[in-house]
Amino acid sequence: MTESQAQARPAEAPALIEVANLSKLFDVSPPLLNRLLQGSPRALLTAVDRVSFSIPRGKTFSLVGESGCGKSTVARLVVGLHQPSGGRIFFEGRDMADLKSRSEIAPLRKRLQMIFQDPFASLNPRWRVADIVAEPIRAHRLLRDRRDIAVRVGELLQQVGLSPADGVRFPHEFSGGQRQRISIARALASNPEFLVCDEPTSALDVSVQAQILNLMKRLQRELGLTYLFISHDLAVVYHISDIVGVMYLGRLVEWGEAKALFRRPQHPYTRMLLDAIPDLEMTGRARTPVAGEVPSPIAPPSGCHFHPRCPFAEARCRREAPRALATATGEVSCHAVEEGRLPPAVSKTRSKSA
Amino acid sequence: MAVGEEHRGAAGPSLGARLVDGVRRFFDGDIWYSFTRSPVVMVSAAVTVLFIASAVFAPLVAPYDPFDLASIDLLDSSLPPIWMDGGDPRFLLGTDAQGRDMLSAVIYGARISLGVGFASVVFAMLLGISLGLLSGYLGGTVDAVIMRIADVQLTFPAILIALLIDGLARTVLPRDLHGQVWFYVLVLAIGLSFWVQYARTVRGSAMVERSKEYVQAARVIGIPPLVIMLRHVLPNVMGPVLVIATINLAIAVITEATLSFLGVGVPATSPSLGTLVRVGNDFLFSGEWWITIFPGAALAILVLAVNLLGDWLRDALNPKLR
Amino acid sequence: MTSTQANHPLLRVDNLRIEIPGRRGTLVAVDDISFHIDEGEVLGVVGESGAGKSLTGSAVIGLLEPPCRIAGGEIHFDGRRIDNLPYEQLRRIRGRHVGMVFQDPLTSLNPLYTVGRQLTETILTHNDLSEKGARKRALELLREVGIPAAERRIDQYPHEFSGGMRQRVVIALALCANPRLVIADEPTTALDVSIQAQIITLLKRLCRDHGAAVMLVTHDMGVIAETADRVAVMYAGRIVEVGPVAEVVLRAKHPYTVGLMGSIPLVGHDVERLTQIDGAMPRLDAIPPGCAFNPRCPRAFEPCLRERPELLTVGPVEAACWLHGGTSGGGGGHD
Repeated sequence: MTESQAQARPAEAPALIEVANLSKLFDVSPPLLNRLLQGSPRALLTAVDRVSFSIPRGKTFSLVGESGCGKSTVARLVVGLHQPSGGRIFFEGRDMADLKSRSEIAPLRKRLQMIFQDPFASLNPRWRVADIVAEPIRAHRLLRDRRDIAVRVGELLQQVGLSPADGVRFPHEFSGGQRQRISIARALASNPEFLVCDEPTSALDVSVQAQILNLMKRLQRELGLTYLFISHDLAVVYHISDIVGVMYLGRLVEWGEAKALFRRPQHPYTRMLLDAIPDLEMTGRARTPVAGEVPSPIAPPSGCHFHPRCPFAEARCRREAPRALATATGEVSCHAVEEGRLPPAVSKTRSKSA
Repeated sequence: MAVGEEHRGAAGPSLGARLVDGVRRFFDGDIWYSFTRSPVVMVSAAVTVLFIASAVFAPLVAPYDPFDLASIDLLDSSLPPIWMDGGDPRFLLGTDAQGRDMLSAVIYGARISLGVGFASVVFAMLLGISLGLLSGYLGGTVDAVIMRIADVQLTFPAILIALLIDGLARTVLPRDLHGQVWFYVLVLAIGLSFWVQYARTVRGSAMVERSKEYVQAARVIGIPPLVIMLRHVLPNVMGPVLVIATINLAIAVITEATLSFLGVGVPATSPSLGTLVRVGNDFLFSGEWWITIFPGAALAILVLAVNLLGDWLRDALNPKLR
Repeated sequence: MTSTQANHPLLRVDNLRIEIPGRRGTLVAVDDISFHIDEGEVLGVVGESGAGKSLTGSAVIGLLEPPCRIAGGEIHFDGRRIDNLPYEQLRRIRGRHVGMVFQDPLTSLNPLYTVGRQLTETILTHNDLSEKGARKRALELLREVGIPAAERRIDQYPHEFSGGMRQRVVIALALCANPRLVIADEPTTALDVSIQAQIITLLKRLCRDHGAAVMLVTHDMGVIAETADRVAVMYAGRIVEVGPVAEVVLRAKHPYTVGLMGSIPLVGHDVERLTQIDGAMPRLDAIPPGCAFNPRCPRAFEPCLRERPELLTVGPVEAACWLHGGTSGGGGGHD
């Protein structure tokens, strides 16, 4: 890991996916009748708050953060499971909101697929594996002949490390890791270019997680896939990502090239997350667990959302939300960084001096 | 790579092999195991199957055709069962006031009772499942409207709704027409009072299934909502529906019997078990108890067996109780 | 129970065997495992799902849920055999000497009582204190586990606490009786990363302050590395390696531990491909003969297929592996 491996600024590479000022509000108000009777107001939860990023073709962009930070909502917005409340999503420069009719959306759907977190819930328990994997092929009529479909399903299963003969079995006959492979095979069935992976390994044991991460990296190499990877595990994110974005209470607080971000984290929250990683190398490094917990996203703190937990918070942080500032490889939103009153980041990646 | 050879495995075996595999999996499964472990359930199942089989094959099973006026001889009227004094070996359970064989009458009566029961359960199921699926999967206004209708429906007792519809049909339809459509009127009357249960159950399960990732995966693939509902959600909500259907069959048979007993159900020309009980009721105090007791006992045994079966099915399908 | 002789460990488990009878025959979930925990020591029990680690934890405190049952072996607490005690006596020992922290803090707390009431009741059961004194002690405990504004929060219900705060309350509850052993079963799994670090630090500090030993059951090697003194690695119902945590984490001897450690991605380690153990842990009904790990082991050789290895001393650790059988010490699991 040479320091000056001057990688091109990710933003300069042609972006496959671009997200601009994406927002999502959820209506969490009580039902209309209760509102009328009890006079309680409408309650809106800002799950995603003006998030912007772009993912170059063939790269992995990871969103990391704690529960309630909105990273999964971003994933669901990008694949169209939710409708954005604001902002735009561009796929190859085309605004997805412009696609209205089914005939316009369908060609795009093929190129964009998703892998889910829970391998026990993401496969229909009553379908045979071959039918599960063949579903996108049949839905988009990619192949019509039954025999062709069967051959393709067999190939897909082999591609993810299963045997074509596994197609006749049911999901419950497989372990968690094997099910996640089936899930990946299904996602690959329509030859997508872009995969959204929502915590694909967090329900798996570590040894199985390694298998799935290796598989995902191999598939990316072989098929030139672009990933949007959602995870709460920083070590996994470090391993798989080219670019990393850190989210806190709906906002993207910092993003940048993965190695650089981990080596020189700017935002105090990024630093805190890195500090919370258990020390598996037994270096005896002293940890300073940050006090406090993530506040409720229904009533987030004013100004910079992180200020109640931030050791560097000042009056301005409580008052106004910080703007995004350019860093070496990305952006950071922090008043302390802007004012230059943040102590230099301690490298959290392995340094030979330790 | 030998994909060409291996793909036959992925294509799946023939339908026959799949069927054999399915049967094998069923008998290997937990439900069959729990079935073999409970003698009560096995007896209940046997009784239910016996009733259904004799109802379906009534013309073959019953010694006489109670509707065949030619075979009825008034001289044989009101004979007691064979084990009593004056019993006639031709009539195992005795005869009624018209000289009809009680055993045959009970078998044919069960045929009509079960027919009405099955038909109204199927009707209620179709209605309830469709509305429940729409309600649970689409949510929002559709859900609100359907569920409010269901709420209103629930405030009326089932038997009242059935009486209302039956009464309405009697006044609206010409008399002779009612003689032909009584079956449909009954099915409509009983079925309409049951659909809410299915709709609510299916709605609840559909809401759970909808939020599961396999349904989301189907949405990402771009499967249209109706197809998702039918191919993904429906098969996964059928477990509880089957339980309700079984228990509802018993209730439907009872409701039909009640209506018939009250004289608003099945006409006496083609008597169901309920009609038989009502007709026999008049003879109870003249000592001819068998005319009402045998149809009554048949009704009770049938309903009890189906109920026990339903209870067991509910427990067997509930993974928490296993 | 006060006869503390210096020569016996606080908890000793000998040849424990846990079976799950089923209609297709009896499954052996935990097969002949032995370990001990010394006074004040943190023993990490680590393994993947299905390795039998949680069952072991439950068995030790007599909370095994039927149909699981102890089919053999002995469990000694403070020199006294407890696995054959009648339920009432075992319950008393458990209440007085053993604290418990589970994965989901919500299930360990009664949602109908305030946090303060649950704490004072537990304190009163085990200490000769007045109502007032118990409440004072409860407040102290809440402050000790880091609940801000404890005076106000003591009269709140569990649902008014966040996940991390609830786990703190559970830890306070476990420490009420000044237990000598705390069994923590995946105490951080349901929590966010930043909260995990807080809870680990807290658990570690408190047990040191109270002198309690901890049996820490988890799948998370990171938690173990941060917290445990010694670690036992379980695989398919057996302990495959046990020893001081630094030895096991940094210089693992058993190929499974080596693979497990290699499969964990690390921040700062730039590898294109993680070490992976192919396949999956066998199901309980299909544990292979010989060493249970042999089908996945990159270094399996002839004896591994035939005979099951016992735990043998390999330098500072014990490992159940034929690579280290016979040779005295050294050898090294990875060269």
